[in-house]
Amino acid sequence: MPESTPSAAPRRTSSGWGRVLVAVYAILALSATGRSSVQLATHADEALVPYLLSAFAALVYVAATLGLARSGAAWRRVAWTAVCVELVGVIAVGTISVVHADWFPDDTVWSVFGQGYGYLPLLLPFLGVAWLLRTRPRSHFP
Amino acid sequence: MAAMWDPLQIAVVAVSLAAAAWCAWYVVRDLRPDPKLAAPLWFVELLLVAQLVVGVVEVVRGAPEGVNVVTFIGYLVALLLVIPVGIWWAGGEPGRAGTGVLLVVLLVIPVLVVRLEQIWSPAGA
Repeated sequence: MPESTPSAAPRRTSSGWGRVLVAVYAILALSATGRSSVQLATHADEALVPYLLSAFAALVYVAATLGLARSGAAWRRVAWTAVCVELVGVIAVGTISVVHADWFPDDTVWSVFGQGYGYLPLLLPFLGVAWLLRTRPRSHFP
Repeated sequence: MAAMWDPLQIAVVAVSLAAAAWCAWYVVRDLRPDPKLAAPLWFVELLLVAQLVVGVVEVVRGAPEGVNVVTFIGYLVALLLVIPVGIWWAGGEPGRAGTGVLLVVLLVIPVLVVRLEQIWSPAGA
């Protein structure tokens, strides 16, 4: 890889292995959106807070998918925001769901650190941050 | 799950995993997707269409107690979208990462099929 190529422009987050990352994010976005919309539409009263949390998580995954899939500084900011919210969300909800299991009559995407999704929700934000750092615009200063 | 479509599901999972192994081999050898690799993907898609038809017939004939029919049909339809969208997304990447996208897609399909099975046979039912 020609590291010496001078370029002020950030590398696209959707090229190379970023494409696989976007695919994984898209799958989580799809499943979280589907799950929360069915839950809210058919039995919202059973566990409103977990279902709203799932819906929020779904929005975050959609934002992360779009932010990573599209290029430009604005989309990069969207991706950063989404990935950071996701990291805080999965750790906060994960911890609360372990300590106060009774607060969660039904599972959210982030319950027990994303156990229902093979802990992928816990792993993904770290990969997202790593990828955003790796593709960040190069500074002009040494 | 109804016995009549167990073989279909086993076929979907088996072909997906075999194709996934093939994709992994391509990734290791630094190869981008080619038409040879696309063939098993479209074959899985064909099986998934058959699964949707069989699934809808099962629902019309009557779903077991406690089955969330909306989620069930949602999974059957979502399964159909995964491969075409994955192929489209992989096509934009001129390297082995494109093959990696197909690998992810092929690993997700068995997971979704297992979930489909769980939705059809709710715990305690």
